[in-house]
Amino acid sequence: MGRIIKDTFEITKKDLKEFTRDRLRLATFFIMPIFMMILVGFIFPNQNSLKNIPLGIAIDDQGKIGERLNKVFGELKGENDVKIFEMKKYKGLDEIKDGIKKQEINGGIFIPGDFSKNISENKQTDIVIIQDQSNPQISALVTQTVIKIIEGFGQSLGNQKLNAIFIRWPNFKKYSPQAFITPILTKLEGIVPGSTNYFEFMAPGIMVMVVMTAVLTGLAASISREKEQGTLDGILIAPINRLAIILGKALAQSVRGIVQGIIVLILAILLFGVRVYGNLLLVLLVVLLGVFSFVGLGILVSAIASEQETATQLLFMFQLPMLFLSGVFFPIQQMPQFMQYIAHLLPLTYAVSAMRKVIILGAGIADIKNEILILLVFGFITLVISVPTFKRIITR
Amino acid sequence: MEAVIRVENLTKKFKDFVAVDNISFTVKKGEIFGFLGPNGAGKSTTIRILTTLLRPTSGKVEVSGFDVVRQADEVRQHIGLVAEKIMLYDHLTALENLQFFGRLNHLPDELIKERVEKWLKRLHMEEWKNALVGNFSTGMKQRINIIRALLTEPEILFLDEPTLGLDPQTTRLIHEFLKELNSRGVTIILTTHNMLEAENLSNRVAIIDHGKIAALDTVDNLKNKVKDIKHPTLEDVFLEITGREIRDTLKQKVVLSSHHRPGAIRTTKRVR
Repeated sequence: MGRIIKDTFEITKKDLKEFTRDRLRLATFFIMPIFMMILVGFIFPNQNSLKNIPLGIAIDDQGKIGERLNKVFGELKGENDVKIFEMKKYKGLDEIKDGIKKQEINGGIFIPGDFSKNISENKQTDIVIIQDQSNPQISALVTQTVIKIIEGFGQSLGNQKLNAIFIRWPNFKKYSPQAFITPILTKLEGIVPGSTNYFEFMAPGIMVMVVMTAVLTGLAASISREKEQGTLDGILIAPINRLAIILGKALAQSVRGIVQGIIVLILAILLFGVRVYGNLLLVLLVVLLGVFSFVGLGILVSAIASEQETATQLLFMFQLPMLFLSGVFFPIQQMPQFMQYIAHLLPLTYAVSAMRKVIILGAGIADIKNEILILLVFGFITLVISVPTFKRIITR
Repeated sequence: MEAVIRVENLTKKFKDFVAVDNISFTVKKGEIFGFLGPNGAGKSTTIRILTTLLRPTSGKVEVSGFDVVRQADEVRQHIGLVAEKIMLYDHLTALENLQFFGRLNHLPDELIKERVEKWLKRLHMEEWKNALVGNFSTGMKQRINIIRALLTEPEILFLDEPTLGLDPQTTRLIHEFLKELNSRGVTIILTTHNMLEAENLSNRVAIIDHGKIAALDTVDNLKNKVKDIKHPTLEDVFLEITGREIRDTLKQKVVLSSHHRPGAIRTTKRVR
């Protein structure tokens, strides 16, 4: 046993030394997670990331309230004191629609001619919000924000009106006008303080995904490369246990995977303000378990594939659906039922789920015990299948 | 003389394709044994079985008195292999490569150091020991590759095309070195397409064709069997035995039909 461990470390050491000397591979190793995080972090919008969104407004209103509403929109500021909307004036509803077609604006508001009049006469009045259906994600965010602002503006108008009435009626003095306008107030509470944005939802998934890619692709590429170069024969002809070869290679790839996972985590914290509510050691444990669950698959692919290219193609075929099905980018609950069944067969699903619970919700080890157990079982089963397969195939 | 390699009725099949077909031969201790054959004849497959890198389909193979299947680790402790592909890592230095393979063979660091220094000096590579192998010429790489195979001071050294693509100077150095090793008692199994090399180095030569041993004798005895030529060379012997048609081989898997005619253009499966 001691000899197997010694040989394992010898192979790991050699693999890592070889890797750190290869500038191209080293550069890719660091650039990949950085590129991935920056790309995903900046592309996927969250509520706070609405900045200078061009919004069209056409005011047919004969009174002054429409203009006041326009001012409210124009002055609205978000993160870092940056304006949320760049207001652009249009002459009518059709012109706003043309503006959206030309993509000059990401949405529009039409205030009809009797807007102020209706409000003054205590009648309900309309406002038309025009959506940009070419961009559902931005459109949903813009519409949500616009509705919120209009509702807030309406409530403030209602408040003023009721105040004026209540002053005239002494019996009502004890009541708050706001209790009439919004009798029910909702209070949001979470497990941890603050709200989670989409990037925070994705960051744990990306971290696990990067680790998985490093282990699966790296392991298969490493073994196939040695097969092609002929150096694997040099190792195979040494009087060492075949298990040491597999373990040595898997350990080297795991170290790389863990380092990449840590890079992703640091970037997520520093660049995108992701907060880790759970224990960092638990985060590391989930990474390790993720690595353990993928190693078997990596070994199996590298045993079957005789060339690097075949290994990469085989893995690509397997990895791509796994990425979309395991809840890295989209919640599993949104998928059709049969896809959810498939998702529950994939180790990545459990690694992502555990990582999300620890990072976002601050879960402890007891809260992720099911995920831990499943990852261990998956890793164990794949290793039991892959190790003898590897041994048999390399000397068949 | 005592036999260090015994091959009895060895057969290796890859699905339907018979790469080695029921061959038997022995290699005596201390001889240089030339193993010749056209492309795809079964030479490399046989060498890979003898060096434990492939499992035989049937037959018995003993190397240094150990069975290659049941006692593979014991066999590995007695052999060295210089394969066609150079078994070195480009991103490691010559010394790092040799230390790595030495440790995998469970040699103490002191012994590795001692042997590495001795062989580096002998093959004129001492000054390059700390340079990356990736920057070496083919000849330099091959010299380090040979040292790698000698780290365990093996009883038997297998060499598959050791001088392929090398300049005459390095080829000469390697030939002299192999003779020197042999004079110290190392048994050498040499696979080559270079007939002159085989003729100059080998005590006995086996010619393998279509997976079978077509001839096995000393170079002189083989030459005497060629009647039509006045002063035949080993190449004449080789062509007389294996024919003059070109043996094209494909690297991809090709399943041969059962009525494959010997001597016709032949496809072979790449040996893993």
